[in-house]
Amino acid sequence: MSERVLMKGNEALAEAAVRAGCRYFFGYPITPQNEIPEYMSRRLPEVGGVYLQAESEVAAINMIFGGAGTGERVMTSSSSPGISLMSEGISYIAGAELPCVLMNIVRGGPGLGSILPAQSDYFQATRGGGHGDYRLLVLAPSTLQEGVDLTMLAFDLAEKYKNPVMILGDGFMGQMMEAVEFRTPEPMDLPDKRDWAVGYMERRGTRALVKSLYLDPEELERHNMKLQAKYREMEKNEVRYESYRTDDAEIVLAAYGTTARIARSAINELRREGLRVGMIRPISVYPFPYAPFENLPGSVKNVLVVEMSCGQMIDDVRIGVGRTVPVHFCGRVGGIAPSVDEIEARIREITGK
Amino acid sequence: MKETKIFERPKSMSDVPTHYCPGCTHGIAHRLVAEVIDELGIQKKTFGVAPVGCSVFLYNYIDTDMYEAAHGRAPAVASAVKRIRPDMVGFTYQGDGDLASIGMAEIVHAANRGELITVIFINNAIYGMTGGQMAPTTLLQQKATTCPLGRDPGVNGYPMRVAELLATLAAPAYITRVSVAKPKYVGKAAAAVKRAFQTQIDRKGFSFVEMLSTCPTNWGMRPADAANWVEEKMIPYYPLGDIKVPE
Amino acid sequence: MAEFFRSLLAAGFGGQGVLTLGQLVAYTAMYEGRHVTWIPSYGPEMRGGTANCSVMVSDEEIASPVVSRADYVVIMNQPSLAKFEPTVKPGGILLYNEDLVSYRNPRTDITVVAVPANALAMELGSEKVANVVVLGALVEAGDIVGADACLATIKDKLGKKKAQMMEMNITAFEKGREIVRKGISR
Repeated sequence: MSERVLMKGNEALAEAAVRAGCRYFFGYPITPQNEIPEYMSRRLPEVGGVYLQAESEVAAINMIFGGAGTGERVMTSSSSPGISLMSEGISYIAGAELPCVLMNIVRGGPGLGSILPAQSDYFQATRGGGHGDYRLLVLAPSTLQEGVDLTMLAFDLAEKYKNPVMILGDGFMGQMMEAVEFRTPEPMDLPDKRDWAVGYMERRGTRALVKSLYLDPEELERHNMKLQAKYREMEKNEVRYESYRTDDAEIVLAAYGTTARIARSAINELRREGLRVGMIRPISVYPFPYAPFENLPGSVKNVLVVEMSCGQMIDDVRIGVGRTVPVHFCGRVGGIAPSVDEIEARIREITGK
Repeated sequence: MKETKIFERPKSMSDVPTHYCPGCTHGIAHRLVAEVIDELGIQKKTFGVAPVGCSVFLYNYIDTDMYEAAHGRAPAVASAVKRIRPDMVGFTYQGDGDLASIGMAEIVHAANRGELITVIFINNAIYGMTGGQMAPTTLLQQKATTCPLGRDPGVNGYPMRVAELLATLAAPAYITRVSVAKPKYVGKAAAAVKRAFQTQIDRKGFSFVEMLSTCPTNWGMRPADAANWVEEKMIPYYPLGDIKVPE
Repeated sequence: MAEFFRSLLAAGFGGQGVLTLGQLVAYTAMYEGRHVTWIPSYGPEMRGGTANCSVMVSDEEIASPVVSRADYVVIMNQPSLAKFEPTVKPGGILLYNEDLVSYRNPRTDITVVAVPANALAMELGSEKVANVVVLGALVEAGDIVGADACLATIKDKLGKKKAQMMEMNITAFEKGREIVRKGISR
């Protein structure tokens, strides 16, 4: 059992990656995630790994493409505009079915936007982000402990599905400090990289070919069908969410990441007054937990989505809820998080209590 | 009579027909790379990175571990693989659009870091696969589909001498320019490829071989005329020879 | 609701050590076995400008780490007073650096503690320890963390590089506590 240590979010995520066996990091500086590459540049040489600062996010993600092809545990991190630049490379990685972990410590947009916390990259993260029919497995931790645990899980899932996994954080999470514990996860049964990766031609007798190009239309369609079958598997096996005080709830909030923490405070306050408020907190945002929204308790009359965006996850919530109950929205942007007071006021306004 | 085999397909070259146009020199360049891989006995520990462009299918012709990279990014891909697998031998094979236009940042920085990789740079002064558009290496007055009246320096700047540009950096060990346009040049080109791979294996630094090549189809010439055009037009602007050699 | 729940907001110029002050509270609270969150404001500038951080301490897991109303507010410069004075919860404590902040018409529903932080720090030999003087006052005036535990944190986190600075920090902490003790007895 390891001890609790007080760490900055970015550093905790980086250390979790190292504990999960990540030995290679390629990245480019951008606020508010700089502590991740900085930490890796100190830490990786200590464990026999390599940190390399790329000349751009474009180069960084293509280094990840190369590195992931060796089957080793590789990672990059960035923030919103940087992820946009990486999107082409992420598409290639997904197309070539390579395992890797990406971290997006989201900041405000569009464009250069700001360096402050935001959740406005939800569409980009959950719909793939780049060109073509592909998905990332996207995990959205709410606390630093969950960030540590999910980062460790991310490396296993990346290998299990040979697919990029994204940790979707926000500027608050990257910059805040909280106590964390590094717990060794249950070992997962994973494919042997020597069966497919670059560097094992002698042993395997056949070479590795890492590519996403299929000019024959039928071959490309078959490749897409194979990818889609994989995404259906993820949707079957990797949905993660938390239901919080929803059993008798009259209104259910939907929120993820730091926003879910703020929503939880509002719920606790109002519960003390007797208001029946609960929350469904997606932990995996792709695959999205549609089922709990499809099967809301009969007591639920309204759903309120809370985000640090102008309304992105609300689309998924609407897909889940359908037309059974109204879906409302409470969002702030620009680096501002909805406050506990604002969320409470919105709940009172909707419920009339 | 005893038969002696004096010519055969290199083992590192796949036994498939190439898709290249008649008179294109990619096949020769491929063969030079495969011959060196055979000669050095490194087929099973070599990885190559194919570009976007005519040689996108390089992976079908060279039988080693292969990547097919995004347009221009081959040096970044190869840098990472080499850092992770330092005992492998890595090469990229890139055209002038891939390397000198969209991929200029990646090639300069990989060279500047002194990555222990070998870059084969095919300079045929045009975009081939996309159908003859202007490249950074297109000569002045040379016509292309996107400069139909010929390259005008006032509009498009001047043809870039990439080998010379990279030679201004401290880290690269071996930078040379050869041609594969006529048989008389191929011997030197073969020696350059071997020296480049050997420079990498000896861990002396980054190695770069620019090959002046033909594109008869997009130049609108017969193959023999294209070979002459390299000699008459390209070599005077892009002189052959070593620009930087290992100490 | 958690039996023990305290929030702190500390604000000042970048370089005045308000982020460190918050971190020292956070470390101490963690050593005391409590849940804790620390969030900095962060801007594009590395030096200068204004900086603030929020700390939550609780005996239960912390939901929102964002502090909108605080039990304790530390004000190290004038602009921060205007911005964060309304943040103090009724019945809470506002501590301010009286060498750099003039606070006229103080709120009457809170306890206000004036700390001559810069003057005391200069007496000790360096303005750098002004934040530790205020930390001493904060710990003495409230109960967010224990004084002995906080002193142990200071020794652990601030004394490793220069023994001389460690002594100065320990004295600064005690001076800060003294201000409050005397103030309260007066």
